[in-house]
Amino acid sequence: MLNDILQSIPQVLIDGLTLGTVYAVIALGYTMVYGILELINFAHGEIFMTGAFIGTAMLIVLTGIGWVSALPAIVMLITVLLLTALLTGLLGMGIERVAYRPLRNAPKLIPLITAIGISFLLQDLVRFIAELKKGNYIVTGPSLFTSQIKINSSAISSVFNDASIKSSFIIVLVSAIIMMVVLDFFVNKTKWGMAMRAVAQDRETASLMSVNVNKVISLTFFIGSALGGATGVLFAVQYGTIDPYIGFILGLKAFTAAVLGGIGNIRGAMLGGLLLGVMEMFASANLTLMTGGVFGAEYKDVFAFAILIIVLIFKPEGLLGKPVAEKV
Amino acid sequence: MPFTLDKEEGIRYMLELKNVETFYSGIQALKGISLNVEKGEIVTLIGSNGAGKSTALKSISGLVKVGSGQISYKGNDITKKQAHETTLLGIAHVPEGRRIFPKLTVKENLLMGAFSVKDKRAIEERMERAFRYFPKLKDRLEQKGGTMSGGEQQMLAIGRALMMQPELLMLDEPSMGLAPIIVEQIFDIIRELNQEGITILLVEQNAYQALQIAHRGYVIQTGAIRLEGYGQDLIKNSEVREAYLA
Ligand SMILES: Nc1ncnc2c1ncn2[C@@H]1O[C@H](COP(=O)(O)OP(=O)(O)OP(=O)(O)O)[C@@H](O)[C@H]1O
Ligand SMILES: [Mg+2]
Repeated sequence: MLNDILQSIPQVLIDGLTLGTVYAVIALGYTMVYGILELINFAHGEIFMTGAFIGTAMLIVLTGIGWVSALPAIVMLITVLLLTALLTGLLGMGIERVAYRPLRNAPKLIPLITAIGISFLLQDLVRFIAELKKGNYIVTGPSLFTSQIKINSSAISSVFNDASIKSSFIIVLVSAIIMMVVLDFFVNKTKWGMAMRAVAQDRETASLMSVNVNKVISLTFFIGSALGGATGVLFAVQYGTIDPYIGFILGLKAFTAAVLGGIGNIRGAMLGGLLLGVMEMFASANLTLMTGGVFGAEYKDVFAFAILIIVLIFKPEGLLGKPVAEKV
Repeated sequence: MPFTLDKEEGIRYMLELKNVETFYSGIQALKGISLNVEKGEIVTLIGSNGAGKSTALKSISGLVKVGSGQISYKGNDITKKQAHETTLLGIAHVPEGRRIFPKLTVKENLLMGAFSVKDKRAIEERMERAFRYFPKLKDRLEQKGGTMSGGEQQMLAIGRALMMQPELLMLDEPSMGLAPIIVEQIFDIIRELNQEGITILLVEQNAYQALQIAHRGYVIQTGAIRLEGYGQDLIKNSEVREAYLA
């Protein structure tokens, strides 16, 4: 059995890391907003979904007018990613401005309920528009980057099987990694990133440093939502078919990843996302084997979440979270 | 020297509060406070716990909304200005409890003080100036603010405020929780800063020392100014002696 598990490792890692980077980038949106407002922005999953739809719509239109054949697909994808990021960024910023800011000083539960309300609103809005335009709310985009690449992992060691990757996997992986690296740099090395951390730690004092706190909060929503929306496009390219409800379960898992890594902690979100992705794919590949056929691959979420619960029992603050908030 | 009219601009006070009332969700914390600070002065605001000292500073810097009354700074009405705006005008507010950003490094904390400054050279110069007052900070640039000792944090908090190159420096209980020798140092530095031309509004419970270095003082009690006068006179005042210097 161990042998079989080992054989599957290269494929598990490839699939797991790819799915994991998707979780990770979405988790960033949850964790950034939580870090700064202590708000669980449940609408973030729907921003991701909206991004998937906006991106798919653009790809369909661009394919329709013949751009796809005229330009390298990768150039088109980058254009679509950037435009979608801009639009979903603005959407997230707008949601904060209209729905959360007026509730800034209300009890925590109130904006949380509002966030759930926004989720439903976005789901229905996207569904309405999709049905209006396409007659169906389940939409399939043009298929891009479908070629398969073989990885000769058995050459490294004979215990491994060969693995294969769809080229879109590489695009997802590379884009997601770029987003994470850039964000990490922004947050840790730039002036506005520093302001963001300062606002997260002490909003009042940050304002005494001439920081316009509302601006920083808007910026946080913009960045988180832009990343989430762009990831939606990547998801659509990867899986082809989308519907207005993909944001729910994916959002929930990304949120889980954020908690796993330590909510509010940016690198924690990245780590949590990658771990969750790999655990899920590991379970999906090996659960049948490990349980002698009692549980099939469809129980992968149970496995992943069981691990999450175990981690949180022993480290409730998450993997990279600080045990106690430092208060001076 | 203080106590001079700024005749050129025709403005008497650097800072002037007229009948300022401030409320916290219905509870009145300031019941119509009037006070003023002239350019070049050290003015102290003393009073017991809950008297409204911090609220007065927060009303000035804009951390809390002023209910009624007027606050003017260098002749301009700043009553309705928010904290990120008043600080741009040259008012620095070192809050009670120092409020260092615990997870930012010492250097980052200092840089936050110069957030509105674009010129890199100017930032460098200001940092050098902060090191002149607090040389210890220079050796701790990469240390996380939250891991500094109380005294070091207070120095960092003042250093951070100096990065704003303020004209008016408001300090909220800088001596709180510090060993006497550190308090001594801090008060010396306050006096030095004043001699370099920074006007100071100092909130203290440590009334004796505050009145010692202050030109003038106000005594605040349950949200209202109870007494005012020259520092040396207030020290001798029997009411002050009984309530705050006992
Ligand atoms: N955020 C707040 N919400 C409600 N009431 C407040 C708030 N902050 C202060 N108060 C109240 O306003 C009054 C004045 O408080 P303030 O903090 O200004 O006092 P203080 O003179 O600074 O006291 P201390 O010496 O203890 O710092 C107190 O009665 C206090 O309970
Ligand atoms: Mg106080």
